[in-house]
This record gives sequence, structure tokens and C-alpha cells, in this order.
Amino acid sequence: MPVSETSSRTVYDALKACGVRLVSALPETWLVHLVAFAEDDPEMTLVRLAKEEEGVGISAGAHLAGVRSAMLMQNHGLLASVNGIVSLAQLYRIPLLMLVSYRGEMGEEHPWQTEGGGVTRPVLDALRVPHVVLREPGNAERRLRQAQTLAEAALRPVAVLLTRDLMWEQG
Amino acid sequence: MKRVEALEAIYPELEGRAVITIMGAVAAELHSLGHRESFFYLEHAMGLASSMGLGVALARPDLGVVVLDGDGSILMNLGSLTTIARYRPPNLVHVVFDNEVLLSVGRSFTTATATGSDVAAVAAAAGVPVTGTYRDPAPFARAFRDAVAAPGPATLVAKVDPSGPASYFVDVHMLENRFQFQRWLTAPTASREGAS
Repeated sequence: MPVSETSSRTVYDALKACGVRLVSALPETWLVHLVAFAEDDPEMTLVRLAKEEEGVGISAGAHLAGVRSAMLMQNHGLLASVNGIVSLAQLYRIPLLMLVSYRGEMGEEHPWQTEGGGVTRPVLDALRVPHVVLREPGNAERRLRQAQTLAEAALRPVAVLLTRDLMWEQG
Repeated sequence: MKRVEALEAIYPELEGRAVITIMGAVAAELHSLGHRESFFYLEHAMGLASSMGLGVALARPDLGVVVLDGDGSILMNLGSLTTIARYRPPNLVHVVFDNEVLLSVGRSFTTATATGSDVAAVAAAAGVPVTGTYRDPAPFARAFRDAVAAPGPATLVAKVDPSGPASYFVDVHMLENRFQFQRWLTAPTASREGAS
């Protein structure tokens, strides 16, 4: 499978370095290694979701109880979580770290991913969710740390978009 | 039974436990019985109270967690029951006040529980190990006491009248409530004992 295990490991290690100890996830192809790393890590609690918006609630609860968490989902899952992001994470000032696989960009071969790809960043902008597009494994740790720092300073959701260049080894 | 009667019946058992309620009548009626720093009223994000309760329960396995949900809210997030069942937090008791209607917007918009959908049966089929439906305060309170005393999770459905308080006003600002709840949750255990 041409999902980059090396980049996935780098991103996972960066999450751990941020102090994240609970990950709620609804995976897709690009996220399979990240989910597997979380599953195999005795220091990490992995919550497999039925629908992504649940993860906003789980992260909010975990945050208030003193545990750092992150959500792992596809950009379509982000779209499915919008009310939770607005009406829980933003309304109640929750520092929600969202790792989002950014499908539907240049190089996308699956027609069904393309509409979501086109609206992902405009939706994040409309929601006033600060986001960074991660293309290089080399700066993953720094970018994730910066995202976590901003989330906790602002007490707001932030998103890190995981791109094709980072996650996929072909095309 | 009236929802407030059901709440009165379990109110003493809420002491020392983290309580997360949905918006509207549940929040206002619990608040009217006496606010505690351990109560969090989720005034929006309909459907996510049960997910928040799961997050607290997983983050604090040493702490009893109670979610006070409603039929309209849980029907928006039925997947939450499968996630709760999957991770089986033994410290989570999930109460669903079922009045068969979206009361906040009047009594005309009934939910699917009015036409026979059975939330306790859905929870049981999802794999929640302890479930039940109650129509009177005493059996409900008994089931609640049993549920908090034994390993869960549990989903207890309290069938209640479609009536609520005159006002839904909760005299704790949402953010005040949020920070108070966070402080209570993260305070050292020693200082939390006996807190109310």
C-alpha cells in the first residue's frame, strides 16, 4: 500500500510529543498507519468512532478532564463535524486539535473526493479555524506543536491538513 | 412522571460525580434543584452530551460520570450508543429522559419514540450491558442507584411527561460553567472529596 508509513510515523511521533494521549478516529486509506500506531501504543487511548462529530464531544470531555486529545479524520469527516466544531468546541472554547487528511487536491484520482477537496479550506476559513497544510515530514513535529500551542492559547479548534505529498508515495 | 421528579429522586446520588446535561428543560430543572460545580450544562451541540460523557469517562476512569440526555438528543447521535458499548466505560451512567417530543420548540414535533422506537432496546442492541425503561420515580431511582454502584455502562430511559419549567434560563454563564467544571474535574482528588 503506498500510504507512507514513514510520514505516518513522523506525524504520530509528533502527536505524542505534543502530549496527546487520546485519539478519536474514523479512518480512511491515508490514515490506516496512524490508526494502527495509536492502537498498538499502550500509552494511547484510541476511540474508533461511528461518525466523526462524536469525536468533538469526546475531545471536549477529555480536555475538561485534563487529557490532551486529537481527532483523526478525512476532510469529509470534518465537513460532517461542523456543528460540533461550532456549537461545542468554539462555543465552549475547547482547544480541539484536528488532523485531517486532505483528499481531493491536485492528483486526486477518485471523483467522489473532489467536491470535498474543493471546499475544505473555504469551510475552515468560514469557521475561522486556523489551519496549516502539512506537505513535508521534515517540519511535521514543529507544525503540530505550533498547532497545539495555538489551540491551547486561543482555546479554539485548529486543523492540520495532511496532504497527498505527505501521506501518499505515488502520484 | 415529571422529569423534575425523576431528577429529584436521583439528585443525592449525583454528589461527587461529573454530570453532563443536555440543553433546555433538563439543564434548567437540574439547576433549579441546586447547582454544583460538578454539573455541566451543554446548552447547544445537540446530540453530543453522550459523547462528552464518554470522553470524561475515558479520561477519568476513577470518577463516576452521569449523562442526562433526552430522546431528541440521543436520536441525533445513535452511533454514540455503539461507541459507548464498544469501549464499555464502567464508570458511565447514561440517562435518557424520553418525553417523545422536541419540547423546546413546543409539543407538536414528536420524536420517533412517540411512534414506538425504543431507546433502551436500541442501547441494548448496540451492546450497552445495562439498560432499562422506567415510568415512576422510585423504580427509576432504584435502577440509577444500582447502576452507579455496579460496573457499567448503563443506559436508563426515564419516560417523562412532555412538560418543563416556565423558563429555561440557567443562571450560570456557559463559559463560567465550563471553567468551573474543568476546575472541579482536574482538582486533586483529596480536595474533591466532600465537594458538592
